Amino acid sequence: MNRYSTEDTLTASDGENRQYLVFSLGEEEYAIDILKVQEILGYENVTRIANAPEFIKGVTNLRGVIVPIVDLRIKFNLDKVDYDGQTVVIVVNVSERIVGIVVDGVSDVMTLTPDQIKPAPEFGMSLSSDFLSGLGSLENRMLVLVDIDKLLNSKEMSLVDQVGD
Amino acid sequence: MDITDFYDTFFEEAEELLADMERHLLELDVDNPDPEQLNAIFRTAHSIKGGAGTFGFEALQNTTHLFENLLDHARHGELKLRRDIVDTFLETKDMLNDQLTAYRNGEEPDQEAFERICKTLRQLALEEIGNNLEGPGPAAAPATKPQEPASAPEAETPPQAETAPTTEAPAGEQLLIALLGVSEENRALLVEELEQFGTIHRRSGDESRYEVVLETTTSADDIESVMCFIIEPEQIETSTVLAGQSSAEATEPRAQQPTPAQTEPAEQSAATAPAAEAPAPAKAGPAIEPPEQPPADPKKPAGKPAAKPKPKAGAESSSIRVSVEKVDQIINLVGELIITQSMLDQTVSELDGVTNGALINGMSLLQRNARDLQESVMSIRMIPMDFVFSRFPRVVRETSSKLGKEIELCTEGESTELDKSLTERIIDPLTHLVRNSLDHGIELPEEREAAGKPRRGKLTLSARHQGGNIIIEVIDDGAGLNRDRLLAKARESGLNVSDSMTDDEVWQLIFAAGFSTAKEVTDVSGRGVGMDVVKRNIQSLGGHVQIMSTPGQGTTIRIVLPLTLAILDGMSIKVGQEIFILPLSTVLQSLQPTKDDLYEMAGQDLVLRIRDEYLPVVAVHEAMDVADAQTDPLQSIAVIVQGEGRRYALLVEELIGQQQVVVKNLETNYRKVPGVSAATILGDGSVALILDIPGLHQLSLSKKDAQGPRSRAPKKAPLSPTEVDLS
Repeated sequence: MNRYSTEDTLTASDGENRQYLVFSLGEEEYAIDILKVQEILGYENVTRIANAPEFIKGVTNLRGVIVPIVDLRIKFNLDKVDYDGQTVVIVVNVSERIVGIVVDGVSDVMTLTPDQIKPAPEFGMSLSSDFLSGLGSLENRMLVLVDIDKLLNSKEMSLVDQVGD
Repeated sequence: MDITDFYDTFFEEAEELLADMERHLLELDVDNPDPEQLNAIFRTAHSIKGGAGTFGFEALQNTTHLFENLLDHARHGELKLRRDIVDTFLETKDMLNDQLTAYRNGEEPDQEAFERICKTLRQLALEEIGNNLEGPGPAAAPATKPQEPASAPEAETPPQAETAPTTEAPAGEQLLIALLGVSEENRALLVEELEQFGTIHRRSGDESRYEVVLETTTSADDIESVMCFIIEPEQIETSTVLAGQSSAEATEPRAQQPTPAQTEPAEQSAATAPAAEAPAPAKAGPAIEPPEQPPADPKKPAGKPAAKPKPKAGAESSSIRVSVEKVDQIINLVGELIITQSMLDQTVSELDGVTNGALINGMSLLQRNARDLQESVMSIRMIPMDFVFSRFPRVVRETSSKLGKEIELCTEGESTELDKSLTERIIDPLTHLVRNSLDHGIELPEEREAAGKPRRGKLTLSARHQGGNIIIEVIDDGAGLNRDRLLAKARESGLNVSDSMTDDEVWQLIFAAGFSTAKEVTDVSGRGVGMDVVKRNIQSLGGHVQIMSTPGQGTTIRIVLPLTLAILDGMSIKVGQEIFILPLSTVLQSLQPTKDDLYEMAGQDLVLRIRDEYLPVVAVHEAMDVADAQTDPLQSIAVIVQGEGRRYALLVEELIGQQQVVVKNLETNYRKVPGVSAATILGDGSVALILDIPGLHQLSLSKKDAQGPRSRAPKKAPLSPTEVDLS
């Protein structure tokens, strides 16, 4: 794996720079705020929940806590959805809820400076730009910065009981 | 050691004593008071006074002093009790409580209130017995030397197991009381005190051991509890002297050494009382139990009853206060332990038993210990319903006198245990229901007489276990609910009702928001807020409310609650490759359906006939979308379950077994799932969903609605089963 930002990593404590966990969905690279990440697990032992949207794989037992598992690959309409030894669950902690998200792999932790973050253009159907905090540009890579808080709390994820539901 | 260290102990003790006092006052039959009970009330006041004196709480001491003197006259029959006097006593008790709270917060009690209550008590004494209460009461002496007991034992040498002179004890119910290491001065006080209880037949001995033979009807325990405020509990030994028995024999075995002075008897008794006596520290209110002969203590010589019966209050007071969060944390951890243990167990069971014998034995031991641990931990949270019921005598007394009604309160099943968090949350709804029954249920005495019923209404609170539930009932023998008035009122409030509604449906109307049929709004109830809140509160605890009412005979309001929210007895079932849990309390029976039992109605809904009842069939694989499941009803097992008063037949593939499961909330991190009430973790660490029966039925209906080509028959259409060939 190539390292582009070793120096940035060293200055991570700088208030303006933020660290992101980079993960892959298919060929694309996404990133979420590292402070939201609680831990990373393998994908196993998920109990299906009936009548839930397809991208909600079910719930799993995380040391006694029942955690829902969301497959972002299905949510983002990726063609290939396999569950193998490489499949990874990123456990994130958003608004005092713990949710696991299934991704194809986790690559590295990057530090982005504010000028590396560009506003996100209008996207297609599967991922509204409301859920993006921008695009991270690094020499020859582009990271889609996901606002995981907004995404997981959104109505279309149906992870949360909506008022008046 | 600083005396303030013992404040908390005193406060807690005094609180318990006051609670006892209130209970006795409420139970007291004014016309024919039980002397035992009067004594008990007197002793609580006396004990509080002693403690207050020791700690220098003057207002409290003075109030209790006046109160105690009045009580003393009452127990000697010099003060004729009346209802209003008991009310004054109750008021005094409340005042004492306020004073206690003030001291606890490090404040001085309200001087004005103090003077007022003193005046009331003096007035009462003047009017009733012509006594100004200022003379030293018969039991006032000990309190005037509150510091004495603290210093007394210090100077003493440990008592030796000397043999007391043998004397022929006179026949009769006699107690031998031995005072160990008590100074001359205190001895005189104690003897004086003991004379209050009966006749002293003999007294002898010296400082290290002074024996008094007392003929009395008071139990040894009661005597000890009074003396404990003068000397340490372990300085007293009491035993029954049977006729013709030597007193020396009766006092074996000897007590332990007096420990360095401590001002708090309870502290000491807990720490140093000999094992045989430890469970019953002569603390708080041992006086509340009628004297009883306890089983002989094995450590005492055979044939002699143990000197200290173990009173109920004694057992309660030897408790510690722990925050519920800590207990919950332990429960969670134990739950984790059980799961880990089951996982290990599964791994070990695959090992060769010959080479790994020790490991397998160890595992089974671990399993047993883990289960025992879980059981014990769970029982920490369970507390008796008495905790709830004990506050109602006062509520009933006050409400009924406000309403001008005569009401007797009965409680049943006080020892029924319930999860602490539920107990706390049931108090408010229950108080509401009780007030409601008092106000609307039970009629005025005149109306009752006119209806040929006793003047005195009866309100019963009962609790009992039924399956995994606790059933709490508020039963009154009042007029019952008035169907016509309820319907009229409902129409007035714009509710959609019809005359063809069943009684049950009509009764449920009282839970509608803003609904009240009281002719007038009273300050007790009748504003129409409340009953809907009651119902909502109870539903939020996972329970429901039923009403049974017979005109002229009364109303029963029944609350059905799960015993605990933390664990559940479950039946695990298998559908396809998936495992679900059914709450065992909902399962009635299971059977293999035959072709003759199954009927199809409206083209697609199945019903199962069982003992002339037609039950809607809910196929779990359909409702839960299970792939590769057995779809043929004849190859499935029908589990008859009950939910919200209705019965259903669930079609499942396999019954796996019963197990206790730890309930885990799905909504913590996810959302409510239709047909599922919660989740749990199985032995292999995977998650299983706990099914919600009514929700499941709704789910299968809505699924059929969504996919069914034909509109469904209305729910209440008469059943017209037509047999179909299902094979």
